[in-house]
Formats: sequence, structure tokens, C-alpha cells
Amino acid sequence: MTLAIQLPQAGLRRYGSLLSPMAWGALAVAAVVVLLSLFAPVLAPYDPDYVDLNNVLAGPGGQHLLGTDALGRDLLSRLMHGGRTSLLGPTIVVIGSTVLGLLLGLVAGWSEGWLGKVLGRLFDLLFAFPALLMAMLAIALFGKGLFAPILAMTIAYVPYVARLAQSLVVAERSRPYVQAYRVLGFRTPWVVLGRVLPNLIPTVGAQSTLNFGYVLADLAALSFIGLGVQPPTSDWGAMIEESRGALLGGYILPAFWPALVVVLVVVAVNVIGEELSDRIGGKLS
Amino acid sequence: MTATDHVQAPAPAPGAPSRRREKGQAARPAMYIAKKVLALVVTLFVASLAVFFSRFLVPGDPARFLLRGRSPKPEALEEITRQFGLDKPAWEQYLNWLGGILQGDWGRSLTYRQDVSDVLLGRLPTTLQLVALAAVFITVLGLFAGIVASLNKGFGDRFILITLTAAGAVPPFVAAIALVALFSVGLGWFPSFGSGDGGWDRIWHLTLPALALGITYIAMVARVTRSSMNEQLLREHVEVATSRGLTRGSVVARHVLRNAMGPILTVSGVLVAGLLVSSAIIERTFGLSGIGQLLVQSIDRLDFGVVQAIVMVVVAAFVLVNTVVDLVQPLIDPRIAAGTESR
Repeated sequence: MTLAIQLPQAGLRRYGSLLSPMAWGALAVAAVVVLLSLFAPVLAPYDPDYVDLNNVLAGPGGQHLLGTDALGRDLLSRLMHGGRTSLLGPTIVVIGSTVLGLLLGLVAGWSEGWLGKVLGRLFDLLFAFPALLMAMLAIALFGKGLFAPILAMTIAYVPYVARLAQSLVVAERSRPYVQAYRVLGFRTPWVVLGRVLPNLIPTVGAQSTLNFGYVLADLAALSFIGLGVQPPTSDWGAMIEESRGALLGGYILPAFWPALVVVLVVVAVNVIGEELSDRIGGKLS
Repeated sequence: MTATDHVQAPAPAPGAPSRRREKGQAARPAMYIAKKVLALVVTLFVASLAVFFSRFLVPGDPARFLLRGRSPKPEALEEITRQFGLDKPAWEQYLNWLGGILQGDWGRSLTYRQDVSDVLLGRLPTTLQLVALAAVFITVLGLFAGIVASLNKGFGDRFILITLTAAGAVPPFVAAIALVALFSVGLGWFPSFGSGDGGWDRIWHLTLPALALGITYIAMVARVTRSSMNEQLLREHVEVATSRGLTRGSVVARHVLRNAMGPILTVSGVLVAGLLVSSAIIERTFGLSGIGQLLVQSIDRLDFGVVQAIVMVVVAAFVLVNTVVDLVQPLIDPRIAAGTESR
């Protein structure tokens, strides 16, 4: 006989019920990729740039777990080291655009006058510049590499965060707790930063998580066409570009692994982001 | 996600409804169109400012910036100064540039030693054909997958949804590589390079590029169609239509799909801009000489005038499509024109 009393589950199980199995899987994939990339210098079995012409295009297994590329470089080691570059860019862009977007969105949402309107128009205008296009314009201005696209994409993703934050702030502004603080005479910056801002974090966080996937794909694409990361530095996009020759010759693996990792990470990030926004949506309604 | 999606709802103007009753319905569509066109012009103007003055973000001598990678001989510096009017004040340079663009004089390409407009026009057909074919794939495959998913509950829906989530996460350049690996190298059905000789040969050459270009948006359109149709299927008017004894096909076509078109149309603005930008990557991968590849080559060869022109073209296309979508939407759903005034 079991008791029909609903007790809050203890320990990790509570978190288990918080996320769907799919989101758990996505988190696990993301965690593995991040950890392998982060600790690449320690964990990678080979020097990622070590050329071994006696061992060109080797299959997986044996000495090289995932095989080697057209120059005999170990693919697993290159994937792990490439992950450092591939993940660094989106991380900077997402942090930058989230902070900037939150600040601008707070100002735009809070000010009822012309400032809010002008900022709103500015966000609209920025939407007219697709992130990848802005990145290419920046590369044309400042040269190839990671600096220009990271700068441009940070700006390009600001309106996605700012628009959202603005609409949330407008909704929060009229809620009783804000009114109460105002009546009690608390200073505006304290109310906005201390009490309103925390309420925006979950929703904005979900949006920024989704943005991470888009930025990762775009930066990889730029490296793929030779405008992003420059050799000898490498990332997943550049790895796919390097293995095109082998691919046309029928050796699929050197292109397959980095492509698989890019897709896995983007899917994982999307699943996590959508799970987050679904949960927040459920909470709000 | 479009620019117009997020336009903040203006506060309902006091007295607006009564004015509507006095003047009747006729005055409102004209106002709506005028407003949208004005917004279009303002956006294009500000975008042109941003594109032109972006050059001023680069520190140092502008003539040397424009001549990067080329020998900075005195004659060359003199020529570039004259061509871009670099000795004149910034606002005059801008007005000359804008005036030139409006009159079809887009400057000269340093690489091709040709007018930028001629270079662009020569590349335009390939890009337009590629984008058009991608649009066909997106419409046909996206709508089809979305409709099938929403009409099949349970396993079918779940399977399509998971496939779509995965497909939507495949960046176009990865899709390009995968399609080449499967259909060119593996099966040998489609070519992996070049744009063919026109006619069917052209379509045969553009099939893989168009699929790679469209994959993200096929998934996006399918998902929007699915959720939009699911929402409509639960509506009373659909139940009424079904209980009147109409066949499933005609209920879906005339009552569900028609009402579901709104959200599908809304995403088409983002779609066109996305296709044009991604075509840069796809054209380069498949060796198609279109606008996109020209953009990448011009960045590579430090031909800034061409880059500026292409960026302006893409932004203009995006803003234009969005305006057209805004103007067409009221024809499909008359509530929209009324809604923008007093939402």
C-alpha cells in the first residue's frame, strides 16, 4: 500500500521533473562538447596541428579514434581544439548583446516619452541588417578574423534582446509591485535594476540561448568561406572547408565530424532554449 | 522576428473610432499605405546613412583604406580621391553617393575596372534564379510538411516535428556539404559545381544549392504552418464547415489554410533577406557566380565600393519585401489594417 500524499521529491529528482528528457539529453551533449573543448590542451590525444603524411585520411579506430584528415592530422584533437574558437565567438556575442540589449530595452521600456520611441525605431532599423550581412560589412571594414564579425554580430543581436526586454518592461511597469515601490518613494534606478531586471532574466535568457545557436552557425559559416578564423587557427567551419577536397574524393569523415558537432550543438542549444521559453510561457499564463 | 512585427502598438488615438465612422472606410487604406511607404523611405534613408558612414569607422587615411592591398602610387591615390570625392566634406560625399545610387551610377569597381552596376547586373540572374528555386522548395516542401504534420496526430506529427527541429538547426553550409556528399559524390545524381547552360540544365545545377539554401526556411515555414493550422483546426468555423459535410480537402484548403496564411506570410520578409545573405555562402560553395559570391570575392579583394553596393541592395530588398508583406496582409485578413490603427 502506498500513500497518496504528494511530497516534494528530494535531491536531484526534483530537477529531473523540471526538465524534459530531451532537454536533459541536450544539456548532456552541450556539457560534453564544452568540457572537451575547454580541456582540449589536457585531453586531446595529439597535437591538433601535427602533420603525419604517412597516416593520411586514416579511418576511425586504432591510433586515431575519429581518423585523420588529408594532412594526417588527428581529427578528434582538431575537433576539441577547434571547439575552443567555435564556442568562444558565440559566447562573447551572446554576453555582449544580452547586456547591451537589456540596458537599452530597460531604458526604452521605462521611458514613456520620445526616448522610448526613438530607441524602438532604432531597434526596428537594426532588424533590417541581417547579422551575417553586418558581419561581412564589418570584415570588409576591419579585415578578416574573429574581431570584426564578433563586434558586428553583437550589435546585430542587440535588437532581439532589446525589443523583448522593452515589451517585458512595459508590461512590468504597470504591475502593482512597481506601483507600490514608486508610491513608497524608492528611486527609479533601484526599482528598475533591483526589482524589474530580475523578472526579465528568464525570458531574455531563453532568447539569448537561442541566439547562441544562430551566432555559432553564422560564425562557422564565415570561417567556412574563409572570411572568419584564419589559419593556422582553426574552428569547425574552417575544418569543413579544409576537408572539401577529401570529400569530393570520396572521404566523407573529415567533413562529417565537424558538421555533426555543429549540428549537434545547435540542436542542443535550440532544444534548451525552447524548453526554457516553454516553461516561462507556462508560468506566465 | 521581422522589423514590422515588433512595432510598438501605439496608444489608441482618442476619437479615432468616431472619425472612422464619419469619414467611412475609404480613407483608411490610403492612410495605411501612405504610412507604410513613408516608413519604407525613412528606413532606407537611415540605412543608407549607416552603410555609407560605416567607412568612417576605420581610422586613418580613407584613400589608403580604399586602396588596401594595391600599390599606393600617387596617381592611384589621386584617382581614388577624385572618384570618391574624398577631398570634399563628408556630407557632400554622402549626397554624391546617394544621388549616384538613385541615378544608377554606383561607382566603379577597383577589381573589375567596370561600373559596379554593370558587375552587379551581370551577376544578378544567377542569384535570382537560385533564390526563386529555393523559394519554390520552401513553399512546396514547407507547406506540405506543415500540413501533413498538422493533419496527422500522434506518431506522424511527432516524427515530422523532430525532423523539422533537426533540419532547422542545420546551417546552410553544412546542408550544402551533406547534400554534395550524398547526391553528388555518393549517388552522382546532381553536379556539385557550376551553374549549367540554362533551361533544365540550369535547374539541375541549382537544385542542390537551392535545397541547401532553403533548408532552414523549409523547416521554419513548416513549423509555422503546422502551429498556425493547428490553431485554426480548433476554431468553431472549421467545426461548422466540417459539420456542413464539406470534404476534408476543401475544409483544409478554404477554411484552415486560408486563415493560417497570415503568420506564414509574416515570416517571408525575414526569409528573403536570409536567402540573399546565405546565398553568399551557398554560391561560393557551389561555384555559382552570383551576387553572393561577388560579395565574398569583393571582401576578399578589398573592393569596398562593391561591398557597400551589395549590402545596400540586400537591406533594400529586405525592407521592400517587408513593406509589401505589410501591404498584402490586409487583403488576406482585413482585420490587420484596422488593427494597426487602434490595437
